[in-house]
Amino acid sequence: MLDFIQQLVSGIALGCVYGLIALGFVLIYKATEVVNFAQGDLMMLGGFFVFTFIGLMGLDYWLGFLFAVCGMAVFGMATERILVRPILGYPQFSIVMATIGLGYFLRSIAGMIWGTDDLRIETPFSDGVLKVGDLVLAHDKLSVIVATVILCIVLYAFFNYTRMGTAMRATSENMLAAYYMGIPVKRVVSLIWAISAAVAACAGVLLAPITFIHSNVGLVLGLKAFPAAVLGGFGSIPGALVGGLIIGVIESLAGFYLPQGWKDVAPYIVLLVMLVVRPHGLFGPSMRKKV
Amino acid sequence: MSFFTVDGISLQFGGLKAVDAVSFSVEKGEIFTIIGPNGAGKTSIFNLISRLYNPTSGKLFFEGRDITDVPPHQIAKLGIARTFQNIELFENATMLANLLVGRHCHATTQMWQEMLFLPSVRRAERDHRRKVEEVIEFLDLQAYRDKLIAGLPYGVRKVIEVARALCSEPKLILLDEPSSGLNVEETDDMSFWIRDIRSELGITVLMVEHDMTLVNRVSDRVLALNYGKVLASGTPSEVQAHPDVIAAYLGA
Amino acid sequence: MRFVFKTDYDQDIRILKHSGYWWSYGVLLAALIAAPFLLESYLQSQLVFVFIYAIVGVALMILTGFTGQASLGHAAFLAIGAYTAGFLQSLGVPFIVYFPVAAVLTGLVGALVGFPALRLQGIYLVIATIAFAFIVEEILARWESVTHGNEGMRVRALDLVGMPVPRDSSAFYFLCLLVLVGAILLALNLLRSPTGRAFVAIRDSETAGKSMGIDLAAYKVKSFAISAAITGMAGVLFAHKMTFISPEMFTLLLSIEFIMVIIIGGAFGVHGAILGAIFMVMVDPFLTALKDDVPVLAASIASSFGMAEDAAKQLQEKFSKIGSAAGLKGAIYGLIIMMFILFEPYGLYGRWLKVKLFFQLFPLYKRATFKRQKTYVKSERNR
Repeated sequence: MLDFIQQLVSGIALGCVYGLIALGFVLIYKATEVVNFAQGDLMMLGGFFVFTFIGLMGLDYWLGFLFAVCGMAVFGMATERILVRPILGYPQFSIVMATIGLGYFLRSIAGMIWGTDDLRIETPFSDGVLKVGDLVLAHDKLSVIVATVILCIVLYAFFNYTRMGTAMRATSENMLAAYYMGIPVKRVVSLIWAISAAVAACAGVLLAPITFIHSNVGLVLGLKAFPAAVLGGFGSIPGALVGGLIIGVIESLAGFYLPQGWKDVAPYIVLLVMLVVRPHGLFGPSMRKKV
Repeated sequence: MSFFTVDGISLQFGGLKAVDAVSFSVEKGEIFTIIGPNGAGKTSIFNLISRLYNPTSGKLFFEGRDITDVPPHQIAKLGIARTFQNIELFENATMLANLLVGRHCHATTQMWQEMLFLPSVRRAERDHRRKVEEVIEFLDLQAYRDKLIAGLPYGVRKVIEVARALCSEPKLILLDEPSSGLNVEETDDMSFWIRDIRSELGITVLMVEHDMTLVNRVSDRVLALNYGKVLASGTPSEVQAHPDVIAAYLGA
Repeated sequence: MRFVFKTDYDQDIRILKHSGYWWSYGVLLAALIAAPFLLESYLQSQLVFVFIYAIVGVALMILTGFTGQASLGHAAFLAIGAYTAGFLQSLGVPFIVYFPVAAVLTGLVGALVGFPALRLQGIYLVIATIAFAFIVEEILARWESVTHGNEGMRVRALDLVGMPVPRDSSAFYFLCLLVLVGAILLALNLLRSPTGRAFVAIRDSETAGKSMGIDLAAYKVKSFAISAAITGMAGVLFAHKMTFISPEMFTLLLSIEFIMVIIIGGAFGVHGAILGAIFMVMVDPFLTALKDDVPVLAASIASSFGMAEDAAKQLQEKFSKIGSAAGLKGAIYGLIIMMFILFEPYGLYGRWLKVKLFFQLFPLYKRATFKRQKTYVKSERNR
């Protein structure tokens, strides 16, 4: 029983990471209907930025965290300006492929600049554990869970209760109409990429003590975050978190109870089942075209 | 049993009744028009007839046959074709390609035969092309044969919509607002074509229309809808004189 | 400029629209047939890879370019074709039998994938195909009795009615060329017939297609099946070319390479598949040249401009280090994809058409002919 709960908590922590990346997907999708396949790699880049600030330049942890998040936000805006804005009206497939290309590019460049070994940094969460009865909960996993919940609440409130959030949702439905209504569409899209990259950076920093920093971490986690985003429904922020949790828990339990190899395949089987049964996810709306 | 009957059909989206127990029947060879304000459920009825929506209740009968459960892609084979209010042409294809798709319900060749392009396929292709050319001549679209739809003006696209529906050699054609977006001259042409569709091609026409001059000029019978319910039905002059219709739609 | 006057319906139905095309394609075909006797073996080997990639490119063109169903899982179909060939060959089944069997089997799997794809559009379909590809990769690694798992499987030279056809022979080259020409003709035949038009209808407007009598489900499944079957055939040829297959050869990166073939080539025509395949196969030699030749070239140019001896050597070192960096291939792929989508949305074939138009209309060519209208994001959720 204890094992089960231990695995469950482990799965929840893992799920929160998936949820954070899925959150990044959902944010960009909510504002522009583009799925950014390079989200995992933005997370990886966030980790490398933090390594540069803390490990190489010797800054304090929280300051390095802040700088990494801000740096990634700027990087996100730059990416949007250079890559995404020229191709926004193109069929969705082209944009998806462009982000896939971006992902490969970032991964390789990061490998070339920082090398392909695992890198480590000193964090206040690296070593501590919390003991609840017989359960052992590592601090680094707890930090991930807490941060994810905070971010989700803040972003959900932002999207549903502020003017900018509503403007973003309007932009994703019909950009031309948004322009007519006076919404500064270009600024909105830049902002959403900045926010999404910042969220990815948070994920990367929080993940650093758990998986260490290396260039492939984005691909592996990013690909697993897809089932999470689809499960929750692409347009829904709480959905991203819930989807991430489900996938994380399933993966954790599958790794513990099922024979080897199932751990990696289980999320995809869940994904396929979900796509067949309810393509719009748990929280997504079902829609059809009106002719 | 008349040619086409709609019997008590209803369509409900959650709490909204888009169509509320509508019944009417269309005789063979007549031009039947549905009028009503926006949101009255006219296009919803068309979508129900082409089976793009499933009715919450009620039945549809075509040539004596119950078509309420027929899947949408078999409707064309039965002989019902339709045009769309917001043009649903294939933007990146030439007009010819669009019209040839209209012949799809008459395609008899199997996929393996087409992959090898056997002589039977070639003969069938020539046949399809001949029929499409007849429709092109009927609607005077010769100039646009090889042009991509994306570059054509709105008025021409509306006519191509009708042409594509005609290519499937239907017995009943559903025209959804054929004159919306057309100027006076084009509307005149459209009214002549609608009458020719009935008299030369022998196709029954069921249409939704807002332009009352066109309706008067062309229709045999009219049905007025409001909020999904039938207000009045009869000849154009009867319906236009009906007090409910004037109050809801035409204005006094 | 040449105007073709149309006098016959057959002119529209024919594949080669006027007699000039017979000449140009004839010369091309003759050149390809003469190639193995004139070229060195390395180039001949590269041409065989071009053919295999082009076959998959044609298959992907049918699925993604014509029917609009994006697929990032074609490496899985290639794998199924390759492993079927390897497995049946190890059982002693002759090539004549296992070639069509592999195609049919892969086609059936494609049809199976097509069924859930019915309800999925756009991004969901892409993700579903990625998931499918992962699952197939896992199955290949775990099903050891058939596939030898991660150890990989050796594939002997193929045996064409008693005559062995080793992978470097001209006979194998001609076989690949034959399969490619067959695949192209099949695709073109489909295009000019009702099935091909149904595929295009599915891509452009499903609602209109439904009203015209196109059974969407049946045609989507057919499209997946055909695309998978053709890829399966390429898989058999691939297995024989590589003589050794293992699950790690069929990763997501391979699927992305196939998609790159049609993005680079231009997604809407068979020409695009061929041009894209040529481009993709040339990337590897390009990378080797980058590693070996460019540093030396850079140093010699620098010294001819008067740079000091050891400064030039340092420059050469630096270029060499970049050229042999481990991740360079990924970076170049990523860069190529992004550049093509940003600057050449119509692909290489589009560029070829633009050049052709330039010469036809000279000196009246205007760049704005192909300028893409500024478009805005309109929600594809309601397509």
